[in-house]
Amino acid sequence: MNRTNRVNFATYAMVILAFAALQIMGSAGMLSSTVRGQLVPICAYAAMALSLNLTVGVLGELSLGHAGFMSVGAFAGAVAAAALPISSDPLRLAAAMLAGAVFAAVAGTLVGIPVLRLNGDYLAIVTLAFGQIIKSIMENLYIGVDSRGLHVSFLENRIIFRDGGKMILNGAMGVNGINKISTFTAGFILVMLVLIVIFNLVGSRAGRAIMALRDNRIAAESVGIPVTKYKLMAFVISAAMAGAAGALFALGQNTITANKFDFNTSILILVFVVLGGQGNMWGSILAATFLTVLPETKAMRGLADYRMLVYAVVLILVMLATNNPAMQDFINTRFRRKKKKEGTVR
Amino acid sequence: MLIFLNHLINGLSLGSVYAIIALGYTMVYGIAKMLNFAHGDVIMVGAYICFFAVSSYRLPPVIGVVLAVAACTALGIVIERLAYKPLRQASSLAVLITAIGVSYFLQNGAQLLWTSNIKMFPSFFSSEPIALFGGELKISAAAAVTVLTCVVIMLALSWFTGRTKLGKAMRACSEDKGAAQLMGINVNATISMTFAIGSALAAVAGVLFCSVYPTLTPTTGSMPGIKAFTAAVFGGIGSIPGALLGGVLLGIIEIFAGAYISTQMSNAIVFAVLIVVLLVRPSGLLGKQIREKV
Repeated sequence: MNRTNRVNFATYAMVILAFAALQIMGSAGMLSSTVRGQLVPICAYAAMALSLNLTVGVLGELSLGHAGFMSVGAFAGAVAAAALPISSDPLRLAAAMLAGAVFAAVAGTLVGIPVLRLNGDYLAIVTLAFGQIIKSIMENLYIGVDSRGLHVSFLENRIIFRDGGKMILNGAMGVNGINKISTFTAGFILVMLVLIVIFNLVGSRAGRAIMALRDNRIAAESVGIPVTKYKLMAFVISAAMAGAAGALFALGQNTITANKFDFNTSILILVFVVLGGQGNMWGSILAATFLTVLPETKAMRGLADYRMLVYAVVLILVMLATNNPAMQDFINTRFRRKKKKEGTVR
Repeated sequence: MLIFLNHLINGLSLGSVYAIIALGYTMVYGIAKMLNFAHGDVIMVGAYICFFAVSSYRLPPVIGVVLAVAACTALGIVIERLAYKPLRQASSLAVLITAIGVSYFLQNGAQLLWTSNIKMFPSFFSSEPIALFGGELKISAAAAVTVLTCVVIMLALSWFTGRTKLGKAMRACSEDKGAAQLMGINVNATISMTFAIGSALAAVAGVLFCSVYPTLTPTTGSMPGIKAFTAAVFGGIGSIPGALLGGVLLGIIEIFAGAYISTQMSNAIVFAVLIVVLLVRPSGLLGKQIREKV
């Protein structure tokens, strides 16, 4: 087994063990209600972080509008869950997550085709702009359901129901009274699926092409790798996974509004990815888990005001520590002398 | 027609504020090749300092503006020294994420220091609006001052970058840092100076923005910051006339979209225009097309 495979299997094992341990602790009544309430959001954020890591770490493009895809998935999932005539909750959840993934993938394609022609900073800005546009659209979208099917109206609520219809998505008020059908098991399955997709993609021919584009676009292009195709592939897969995560998240909440998925959420997920390490999948899961749970623990409650400030400082320090040559030399000479020697032998 | 002119004047005034902010973005991008995401939050800091100077300490508005400019200049230099300078050689992704971190730091620092309660920015321009066409078309003093300030700043900057030694050093650095250093230009000092000028402009923009839109919160700067950045990209990032053109056009588009199409969707329309412009002309309206070399 080579190193990549070992890391992949260790990651799967870590997720499975964590799930098993939490399930056992949950049934033994060892988890407080706050932690139990955080289990579904943790899975959703872990899947979001993994999905953004595919864009940032593997494709090497910065997306500042990832919460936009989460938003599309969340609302598509909430509408699907409310409108689909499926009685079994797990099946309904699966259908909702699928709907979220499909709609987010469509949004990802629409965004990706124009956006991926741009490079670097411009791409970041355009994704930011798209995130804002998606938020504006979601704030002005009205969806209701009655016996004749779905009714959609934009900008103002013009829906007239015939017989006992109900509003699902009410513009800026969002979706209210969601039937909470998301479970920790579903979240675990989603994280595992996302991991399987990412690891298999990265190990495949397409994945190698995507990483070649990241490392040197011009060189990759000159050996015949179609740039737009592979960039779009990674971007759309990433968007679809974000959509599924959004649906899982939405169906674990009572209420969701478009405001929940703003620029700050995009940044929060970026923080998970950066702290976990770009391209490092288990790092993303760990970072998402700890940064979601930590603010809810008793010790951090008192520091709640400082939470975002601490995030900011950590973000800056991590970037300085990992990208500044002087700082890297310092860390290497102090802590990594042994590793460096091994590295030279290998 | 008069309504149209009124919207145009509002658009020009908002656009002038965007242009002043966009100048800061564009100068920093031109020289350091980085997006200073924290620029929008420097605007907010400037507005807060002016607010406290005028409201709490009863200083005259002019002193308030001067204090805000001084504080923001210092802030800009400190940010550059601590967060960006160590990353001169790093990838643009790393620098961008650091800039986002700085932006977050300023926003949340402001929230802790000054709470997130809305502060009503005092109105500096209480004089009567200028009336034209027998009083049917009114130009508010704030709008007139904003446009005038923008024009003065533009002229001053053009003179500075074109005629003075420091300005020439700045342009040399933005063209080729290595060659500039060999010619005896202190590159680090020049970059610091660029940040200082950009942040000083941000303070002015913050005061002007808040005298038109008086609600001041720790996140006040982020939306105009994002839009002004859009304006800088729109006009061609790195180009000073481009920032002016982009800012003014963006302000006019935003006001017209809000007035004639849909108020709720005006932001979305602004961003949609940016995306279209970037797709047609990736380097912006007045930006230089750069050929990629292998």
